[in-house]
Amino acid sequence: MTEGDNVTAGDNKAPGLLMAGVGHRYGRDPVLRGLDLEIARGEIVCLLGPSGCGKSTSLRVAAGLEPIQEGRVEIDGKEVARPGFSVPPEHRRVGLMFQDYALFPHLRVVDNVAFGVRGGDKAAKRRAAMDLLARLGVDGYAQDFPHVLSGGEQQRVALARALAPHPVVMLLDEPFSGLDRRLRNQVRNDTLDVLRELSVATLLVTHDAEEAMMMADRIALMRAGMIVQSGSAVELYERPESAFAASFFGDVNIIDGTAEGGGVITPLGTLAAPFQDGCRVRVFVRPEGLGLTPEPNGDAADATAEIIASHMLGPVSLVRLKMDGVDVPVTARSENGGRWKAGQRVRIRLDPARSFVFPASQEI
Amino acid sequence: MSEIDLSLGRSPSRGFPWLPRSRGQNMRGWSALAIFVALLVAVPILVVCGHVFVPAGEVWRHLASTVLASYIVNTLWLVFGVGIGVFVFGVSTAWLVTMCRFPGRAVLEWGLLLPLAVPAYAIAYSYAGLFDYAGPVQTGLRDWFGWSRGDYWFPNIRSVGGAAVVLAFVLYPYVYMLARAAFLEQSVCVIEIGRTLGRGPWRSFTSIALPLARPAIATGVALALMETLSDFGAVQHFGVATFTTGIYRTWFGLGDPAAASQLAAILLAFVFVLLVGERLSRGRAQFHHTSRRYRELPRYKLRGGWAALAIAACALPILLGFLLPGGQLLVWVGETMSESSGDSLGGRLWWHTANSLMLAAGAAAIAVVVALLLAYGVRLNPHPVAKGATRIAGLGYAVPGSVIAVGVLVPLAWLDNTLDSWLRASFGVSSGLLLSGTITALMFAYVVRFLAVSLNTVDASLAKVTPAMDGVARTLGMGPVATVARVHVPIISPSLLTAALLVFVDVMKELPATLILRPFDFNTLAVRAFELASDEQLRAAAAPALAIVAAGLVPVALLSVAISRARPGRAQGKVSL
Repeated sequence: MTEGDNVTAGDNKAPGLLMAGVGHRYGRDPVLRGLDLEIARGEIVCLLGPSGCGKSTSLRVAAGLEPIQEGRVEIDGKEVARPGFSVPPEHRRVGLMFQDYALFPHLRVVDNVAFGVRGGDKAAKRRAAMDLLARLGVDGYAQDFPHVLSGGEQQRVALARALAPHPVVMLLDEPFSGLDRRLRNQVRNDTLDVLRELSVATLLVTHDAEEAMMMADRIALMRAGMIVQSGSAVELYERPESAFAASFFGDVNIIDGTAEGGGVITPLGTLAAPFQDGCRVRVFVRPEGLGLTPEPNGDAADATAEIIASHMLGPVSLVRLKMDGVDVPVTARSENGGRWKAGQRVRIRLDPARSFVFPASQEI
Repeated sequence: MSEIDLSLGRSPSRGFPWLPRSRGQNMRGWSALAIFVALLVAVPILVVCGHVFVPAGEVWRHLASTVLASYIVNTLWLVFGVGIGVFVFGVSTAWLVTMCRFPGRAVLEWGLLLPLAVPAYAIAYSYAGLFDYAGPVQTGLRDWFGWSRGDYWFPNIRSVGGAAVVLAFVLYPYVYMLARAAFLEQSVCVIEIGRTLGRGPWRSFTSIALPLARPAIATGVALALMETLSDFGAVQHFGVATFTTGIYRTWFGLGDPAAASQLAAILLAFVFVLLVGERLSRGRAQFHHTSRRYRELPRYKLRGGWAALAIAACALPILLGFLLPGGQLLVWVGETMSESSGDSLGGRLWWHTANSLMLAAGAAAIAVVVALLLAYGVRLNPHPVAKGATRIAGLGYAVPGSVIAVGVLVPLAWLDNTLDSWLRASFGVSSGLLLSGTITALMFAYVVRFLAVSLNTVDASLAKVTPAMDGVARTLGMGPVATVARVHVPIISPSLLTAALLVFVDVMKELPATLILRPFDFNTLAVRAFELASDEQLRAAAAPALAIVAAGLVPVALLSVAISRARPGRAQGKVSL
């Protein structure tokens, strides 16, 4: 065993994965434009963004499947890639998991996992593989071929296989999107528990904001080859720094307006808008930022509206509203499900903490 | 037979972001090599096409004024007759075995593939023997009714009609296979909706199942017709003048390569029309399954007379396309065995068999290696040029063997002559013929002709190794070499064997290119059968012909295993044909 093969965390403080100023282009199209990312051991970071924003390329560069063109990559404090230098993937100590799991069809489940176990004779490798399979609860399928397993079982086997060589970094490319909703939550939690326990630095790529919020210690929101905002789910949801972050990270009502004297007047009320006078702005309001009160209760200064439809979704209701004097309907999320009825008249109170104002020139 | 893949076996789209991309000089070198090989393979086709622009010579004018019209008319009649024959036989039997239940269905289902094992010249020899004036059929009729010559009319088997009939008997399995697969794929739900919308069984066949299967049927008919165009042995034996016999005659009889190439170019134009026609008739009609629910087809249960009729309909093509010709050959072999006293004939047969096996094995190995080279070239660097070159290299399957022979011989002869005259001028020595008339030339022609067979099989199997698997293997500690050895090789090696086997059998059966390109006095089974049959020694020709039929049974067996496995709603078959 070489020095780096010991997996226990904390023998150094270096981040598990560090990507600094990574740039990449296919042909003439830039895919990554100065990507910076740091993941500590045991931390789970979600790379979130729309399709084509360069998420998968970041994983390929981190894994060493794509040569680096600009910037550098470090794994466990050791530089593994800079332009003109690249440690091949087999020596990087990264694990990879794909949406389609990519299990080897010609190998039994146990041999799929043993494929990645390093050192030891065949029996020892199989024993190690069996341990991993048992840990993930799929040791019962050890002698089966992958194609007879269900999606969730295949996912676990793929995870076991990726963990077999004791990776420092685990790279997951939309690993749960092949599973149905109910199964997904369970598999997701089990996966994360194992990864945390083994203090693996995990980079997970997804285009699903909800999934990112469920899984990540930290979310890196990505767009057009760059990370536009990074932080906890709460930070991104409550304090988006751009129109893109606000709209990608959750449902919003969008109202156009003009900045005037540091504020913007909307049909729902006035919000702070620290922009030049006359600047076109766009107001993003989360559905839960609209408080509803049945008329004639509530503050007479609030906007009035009529309920078009109300959908009870368990603990909350989604309420579609037509505001007086405004054509575009808005959506409110309200607790106390079932209280609202179509045709009912309400007053709307705007919560400034759940509303964000950005210049209209920012692309969503 | 394995050409079926060409139209079906498009490699599945790899449209996900993990596509491997070009990197490193060595991979560019590999791709360059792949492109070079692909172009080399395309040379014969390009040479023949190029002859369209060569000014017509004396021989050509002679041909044009005398026989060209009959070549065209005969070819059109053949295409017409075989087209109708294979459509009727193929579609009706495919429909019966997929949609109906009757005793013996399971046996008939794979039995209908058997005629694929019979090369057209073999059925032609046996039918000539059976239906000639002196054959058992006419003799029997005369004895029975007491007729003598001139008392009765009997269709002449040695005619365009006869050729079309025997060709249809052995070529219908192309349509049968593809139509059967198409019918099986159709979800029963679609048919059931048709029934609920007021269509009876017959109407739902004609208005739903048949149109849905149309692309597959068109492909099957096109494949059968390509085989018809490239047939040499059957038409030559029946004395039907077509382009393939014309090329042979012009080359050997009139000794005019330019005119032969021009004939080849016209034949190629026919092939091209077929290819385009097939594309057009498939058109954008790539029917996708709108219903993802798949249920086993509820077969109509046939009883009594109907069942007997269905059995007869399915048994007839097997009888006429396999049992009758195969049986006749077997009888002849038995007769010659008991007659021949010495083992000189048997000894020579072994020698021809050894030649055939050697050629077939060599060509199969080369075709698989070249296919691997091309497939990996495209995989490592999916450059449009590499892809295009690979496609051109795969076109040989559509080109008749005689055309390829001409396309190989013309440039090789030029090369030999150039080298020879240069050596003579510079060193005063003669190199003679280095390439033309050698095994090398023959191998080259085989690879050009059958590369598509191996290429499709290799491509399909390589597609099973997804790029994601490469990525996983690399991160699990395997270098590139270990990845190929431990992931690629085990996954694709069964398919490589299949590919080699398919090329092997195709080469065993190949006649016209071998006849034109073989070294002097070098005989194979197919050539020997042809020579004996040309001398009207049909009985003696039976032994080599039967050996070829026996070899042809191997891929038929493989094919029947593969299609019984690869059925929607079941686990995917791993054999790719």
